[in-house]
Amino acid sequence: MLQDKDRIFTNLYGLHDVGLKGAMRRGAWDGTKKMLQLGRDGIINEMKASGLRGRGGAGFPTGLKWSFMPREIGERPHYLVVNADESEPGTCKDREIMRHDPHLLVEGCLVAGFAMGAHTAFIYVRGEFIREREALQRAVDEAYEARLIGKNNKHGWDFDVVVHHGAGAYICGEETAMLESLEGKKGQPRMKPPFPAGVGLYGAPSTINNVESIAVAPTILRRGANWFANLGLENNTGTKLFCISGHVERPCNVEEEMGITFRELIERHCGGIRGGWDNLKAVIPGGSSVRCVPADQIIDCPMCFDSLMKLKSGLGTAAVIVMDNSTDMIKAIARLAYFYKHESCGQCTPCREGTGWMWRVLTRMVEGRAEKREIDMLLDVSYQIEGHTICALGDAAAWPVQGLITHFRHEIEARIDEFSATPDPDGAITERAAMAAAE
Amino acid sequence: MPKVIVDGTEIEVENGTTLIQACEMAGAEIPRFCYHERLSIAGNCRMCLVEVKGAPKPQASCAMSVNDLRPGPNGEPPEIATNSAIVKKAREGVMEFLLINHPLDCPICDQGGECDLQDQAMAYGIDKNRYAENKRAVEDKYIGPLVKTVMTRCIQCTRCVRFSTEVGGVQELGLIGRGEDVEITTYLEHAMESELQGNVIDLCPVGALTSAPYEFKARPWELIKTETIDAMDAVGSNIRVDVRGREVMRVLPRLNEDVNEEWISDKTRFIWDGLKSQRLDKPYIRQAGKLRAASWDEAFTAIADKMNAAGPGKTAALTGDMAAVEDVFALKTLMQARGVKNIDCREAGSTLGERGGRAGLLFNATIAGIEDADAILIVGANPRLEASVLNTRIRKTWLNTGLPIAVIGEEADLTYDYSYLGAGPESLSKLVDGKDKFASVLKKAERPLIIVGQGAIARADGKAVLAAAASLAIKCGAATEDWNGFCVLHTGAGRAGALEVCALPSDDGGLNTAQILKGAKSGAIEVVYLLNVDEIDMKALGTAFVVYQGSHGDAGAHRADVVLPGAAYTEKSATWVNTEGRPQLASRAGFPPGDAREDWMIIRALSDVLGTTLAFNTLPELRAKMYEAVPHLARIDQITPADPAELADLAKAGGKLGKAAFVSPVKDFYLTNPVARASAIMADCSALRAGRKQAAE
Repeated sequence: MLQDKDRIFTNLYGLHDVGLKGAMRRGAWDGTKKMLQLGRDGIINEMKASGLRGRGGAGFPTGLKWSFMPREIGERPHYLVVNADESEPGTCKDREIMRHDPHLLVEGCLVAGFAMGAHTAFIYVRGEFIREREALQRAVDEAYEARLIGKNNKHGWDFDVVVHHGAGAYICGEETAMLESLEGKKGQPRMKPPFPAGVGLYGAPSTINNVESIAVAPTILRRGANWFANLGLENNTGTKLFCISGHVERPCNVEEEMGITFRELIERHCGGIRGGWDNLKAVIPGGSSVRCVPADQIIDCPMCFDSLMKLKSGLGTAAVIVMDNSTDMIKAIARLAYFYKHESCGQCTPCREGTGWMWRVLTRMVEGRAEKREIDMLLDVSYQIEGHTICALGDAAAWPVQGLITHFRHEIEARIDEFSATPDPDGAITERAAMAAAE
Repeated sequence: MPKVIVDGTEIEVENGTTLIQACEMAGAEIPRFCYHERLSIAGNCRMCLVEVKGAPKPQASCAMSVNDLRPGPNGEPPEIATNSAIVKKAREGVMEFLLINHPLDCPICDQGGECDLQDQAMAYGIDKNRYAENKRAVEDKYIGPLVKTVMTRCIQCTRCVRFSTEVGGVQELGLIGRGEDVEITTYLEHAMESELQGNVIDLCPVGALTSAPYEFKARPWELIKTETIDAMDAVGSNIRVDVRGREVMRVLPRLNEDVNEEWISDKTRFIWDGLKSQRLDKPYIRQAGKLRAASWDEAFTAIADKMNAAGPGKTAALTGDMAAVEDVFALKTLMQARGVKNIDCREAGSTLGERGGRAGLLFNATIAGIEDADAILIVGANPRLEASVLNTRIRKTWLNTGLPIAVIGEEADLTYDYSYLGAGPESLSKLVDGKDKFASVLKKAERPLIIVGQGAIARADGKAVLAAAASLAIKCGAATEDWNGFCVLHTGAGRAGALEVCALPSDDGGLNTAQILKGAKSGAIEVVYLLNVDEIDMKALGTAFVVYQGSHGDAGAHRADVVLPGAAYTEKSATWVNTEGRPQLASRAGFPPGDAREDWMIIRALSDVLGTTLAFNTLPELRAKMYEAVPHLARIDQITPADPAELADLAKAGGKLGKAAFVSPVKDFYLTNPVARASAIMADCSALRAGRKQAAE
């Protein structure tokens, strides 16, 4: 259980002043200059020591990522790109940061930018986030005004923050598609290698970080890597914003320690499962892109990268989607499949063709209008997509389907049996046949 | 140099080699759809996945460089497997995905039999279909009269998009939409405006983009394929002519890195219907103002009578754009034997070949050499229209190196940026005098290239312009032993060859084209022999007795008093010398129609009737004589470099520069020769472009 003194996002619910003054009262922009005095290596080492893992879903160590940037600034400038294209179904943490604690993000941009030798940060905001962009822009303007960032600022590191508004495509949250989109091109992922740290935005070395990863950085540096590392579990340190939605009494966004068990998370913050713990059916613990986990496996599982990985799922963005027994799992996953079919960029074959295929088969399975052998075929199709695409959207589309089949195959089979027992429940087909015979 | 192990074979490759190239070097075949050597890498079809030992998932071999691979723990070279179970499964998966929404309409698809998807489905696919849903259908798009679209067949490899943007230099095609709904389109469904759009047909790995004129005409396996040389422009593109029976069904490019890489212009590709119409299939004689069919004997006798009566002093011969080297050589030999001094192969005003030796009349830097240039000046030429394929080299070089390019002449869209220096000779002389900024660019450049077009030299002050260009070349160091950047861009396929065999007025008072025309008008010349000449002003021939030898009933035949039916360029075995001076051998793809004959044979037969029998009876004998006279023509496919020192003499020619602006001789790209003018497809294209121009104005 996270104590209030250890919270990073102290205005997560927007109860306090969102402006610069309020943020400063809460500790933002405090001692930022001192952090920069640690030097590039100092900051990166501190980040490494804190054990912070990227909060965008993949969980890559943030300090290590920053260290990939070239040591010397060469012909081209370095760029920091902040991924605020938060579109993963179930996820709404970055939204709250931009709404209510934007100064942590702006400060984080300066610190992270300094650590990687970047004088410019681009914050790519999701197209649908209108108010969030306005709030963030306000914060950026305030910071410019107070000479916290900008040319010749108080911190002695010239730094510009550009807030860029996307057009609302899920794929632009993929880091290289985001770079393409920022450059004014169609948002389609690039091939890697070359990695962005070598050839990124406008061909310059770039690092792309999630909003939360950047926003927690200043506090980590302020309070020391040790403080952060002592929270949470080994290799899964610190605090994390959890977005709990679905069939709980009170869905919420909450900052919690990594490794809190699912039961405690729900009991403490969400008032328990709707209809009691026995009513829990399954949980998608990390945003729509990870495999779902059935109730019995998740209840006492610590919510962290490694333990969920062991369940063949993942912490992802920590968007916990809770589903009780009233949920039609097949329909739920079919809806997710539709989402991925709709958001596939269409660039590479497996994802372009496969997402539509999976969605169509699942749509039939919702009714039970399918053959049982098609379940294995569907699973096989999902494996044909996974790992064969340019970006991770293919994997993200395949995993929910795999999770469904692994854990709820019996439901699909039952649905098929049900349908074949009464293929014509309202008698429409029989009637038509009879009419045809009469004629 | 990095080493890799491909399927157990260790090979050493150069830095920057992609895995797909490395695998091919090691002899492994990698299927692919989107990858193409000459286009940027898209990596989107996922067909070329290979297994890299140690990598968690299969890798797209087209997009990964060998330098990206990490060596093994003990420094052993990275290992790639191209036929492992993982790779096989990955390929089958991708193949299945490609096929689920691809229509099974192979029996009515023009790509059938030469379809990458068909072939690779056979080799790498699985034999059953698991997809039970409805297939996607995509609306067909109109993208012009040349390329037919069946967009449901499209597999979104984006080769066509990359070609038109990168090579064609026109941003016309694009991929719109996303996911399953992506579509290739010109967006506003207008016709593509590139002179190279036909190449997307070859690039398309499926039947989505096919040749519209060839639609449902033939199957590839019933065609007889002949590798030959194109005669639409002076590039000498290597082509393959596909014939069924005696009908040419289509023209495709052949690979030649030094000449056309693997592109051809639309004129080269879609000209073939012009080979079937307006053909001269028997000799004609003009009687009472009208042409009537005649026998060869009659025609020859009529010519002999006139020629003998006129005598050599009053006889003249001109050779045209579509005359092959052998034909020109035969005619020249015949005329010389009869003492005729008046023979020319150039446009009026052009003084090519008079001074400066071969260096003064060829594209000395060679087409491939364009890529070495570090500054280009184009004088009086529009390479996009005059030599479209050559223009792609300039664009390629510009894209790769961003070299400075300047133009004197027409300010046209050449698909690359250039600085416009002016319209006419004044700008050129400013440059020669070093008064223009670009002069210092040329001077600084290590390998400057100066392209001189026919629009600059086939005019009254042509001699002076040529001299000015040559002296500029010398001044900026473009005429040295190491680098000869003085380049004459020819427009006619036959011109450089005719100049090589010296089909020029003899030094002791022979008349050139302008003088011959003047003489014909005034009556000083009584007989004019036109070998494939259609581009001159026929009215200028006055009342002279005109013999026309050629393949099509065009300007020349309309004016002629005797018409001798010759063979078109696909119907004869002949040598063509391109603008670089590269002799290339064309082969006969079909026979000429009716009584028409190969041109050298006609001249040989005529020589008999004239009483000055030529000393060869067969083509090899003719060639032996020709090689004796011009030995380097025997070096087929090779360029014999010209001596750059000779340019000094050309520069000294002097003369007074005029004021008129340079105008490219190609006014309508689609209608530059008799075959093109006989082609309905070319007429369509021309009308389309004219209409568009009008609409723009």
